[in-house]
Amino acid sequence: MFGWIDTVIQGILLGGLYSLYATGLSVIFGIMRLVNLAHGDLIVLPAFLMLALVGVGVPIVLALAIVVPLMYAGGYVLQTVMLNRVLGRNILPPLLITFGLSIIVQNGLLEGFSADTRFLNVGPLQSASLPLGGGIAFGIMPLICLAAAVAVIVLLNAVFYRTAVGRAFRATSDDVQIAQLMGINDRSIYALTMGIALAVCAVAGFFLGARSNFDPSIGPARLLYAFEAVIIGGLGSLWGTLAGGIVVGLAQTIGAHLDPEWQILAGHVAFLIVLVIRPRGLFPRAVD
Amino acid sequence: MAVLETHELTAFYGDFQALFGITFALDEGETVAIIGANGAGKSTFLKAVAGLLPRQAAAVRLAGRDIGTLPAYEIVKLGLSLVPEGRRLFSSLSVEENLLVGAYGRRGEGPWSLATVYRLFPILEERRHTPSTALSGGQQQMVAIGRSLMSNPRVLLCDELSLGLAPIVIRDIYAALADIKQHGTSVVLVEQDLVHAMSVADRAYCFMEGRVSLSGRPRELSRDAIHAAYFGL
Repeated sequence: MFGWIDTVIQGILLGGLYSLYATGLSVIFGIMRLVNLAHGDLIVLPAFLMLALVGVGVPIVLALAIVVPLMYAGGYVLQTVMLNRVLGRNILPPLLITFGLSIIVQNGLLEGFSADTRFLNVGPLQSASLPLGGGIAFGIMPLICLAAAVAVIVLLNAVFYRTAVGRAFRATSDDVQIAQLMGINDRSIYALTMGIALAVCAVAGFFLGARSNFDPSIGPARLLYAFEAVIIGGLGSLWGTLAGGIVVGLAQTIGAHLDPEWQILAGHVAFLIVLVIRPRGLFPRAVD
Repeated sequence: MAVLETHELTAFYGDFQALFGITFALDEGETVAIIGANGAGKSTFLKAVAGLLPRQAAAVRLAGRDIGTLPAYEIVKLGLSLVPEGRRLFSSLSVEENLLVGAYGRRGEGPWSLATVYRLFPILEERRHTPSTALSGGQQQMVAIGRSLMSNPRVLLCDELSLGLAPIVIRDIYAALADIKQHGTSVVLVEQDLVHAMSVADRAYCFMEGRVSLSGRPRELSRDAIHAAYFGL
């Protein structure tokens, strides 16, 4: 019995990490209908950047504080100089560009950091836990990760729903042509969007490295989990994305509890089941 | 003096040519109606002027300045706003948020603000926090007009304001249009509804198959001439 309670708790905490993976993807797709195939690698990239900073003696928290704005700037530039040129009615060119980017990032990391498995050392927090009795314990780091996922969503929702620029984001997402007629430069909104999404990727990369091992090749699998979380949650709702991440996380830990070989498979099966029962996800936006 | 001019304006959808050299002028404070059958190029003309379609550099002038190369989001800041056909409100935004988005293209000071738009359409103030999709067609049209006014345009382009609305609602909308004109705004009115268009217009152009087939003051245009220009009979 306690084993199951523990499994559910671990699943929810893992879901926090997956929803961090998925939030950036959800924002990018929601606002510019762009499917970013490099998303997973753009989570692994900041993890390596932080690793490099830590390697030259920068404290881990400071490294995070440096890499988040760095990824924001990188996203802004990536969108401005590359993706904005190919966004249009045809969805294939941006797909190909981000697919190519994925390969470039992976191989760049392989070249720069080798294929060795790494982790981010966050000190004693790494293995600290909060015992609940009966052999059940919260890992502190996974708990912080879930809290960070919630905080990121609260922050993004505040930006999207309470600020003037947030209105511009939603208007552009609703009808890009009319948004332009109202004086909104869609391309600069897209650049901001990519910047925000990659800043979230940096946070996700931090928890990826602090919670588990990583190497240059694991990006595509993170992309897949992020995808499943977004689709399960329903497009256009960040709280839905959090719920989607938790569904994937729960399915994986429950699967692993039954048989360790089933962990990944169980996540995919849960995704398929949700697609069959609710093709538009658990919390789809009312329109669109 | 003309606040908006086009000279031999052409427009294409891919390989399909929709406009074949439209020369048009709108004077300061004037209201001009563009009438014509379905597919005559009226909406295309408005979209080309507003910057939503590719066009030639020197074909469109706003207050003496060439705007043919500018994107739509720059043109609105120079004082030209389009009320699109079918209203096209931002569906995930409330009434007030829709109006506020209209203020992105604001150019300096002007008569229009949330307060004055609400004075023009009091019902919108009552429903300011309602999702725009929950409004009636007439109310949605009011939001669409108000949203465009929020940029304080010198020139307001209106595409099929009466489309799909009940006659009594159309009357209200046209009453509001008279108010808008009094603030000195020049108006271009695309309509299939001849009677309404002719009742408020100082001048009219009739389009047929992407060309101007007739123009003049409503009183000087005979019913037969309009008929011929409209249907090509």
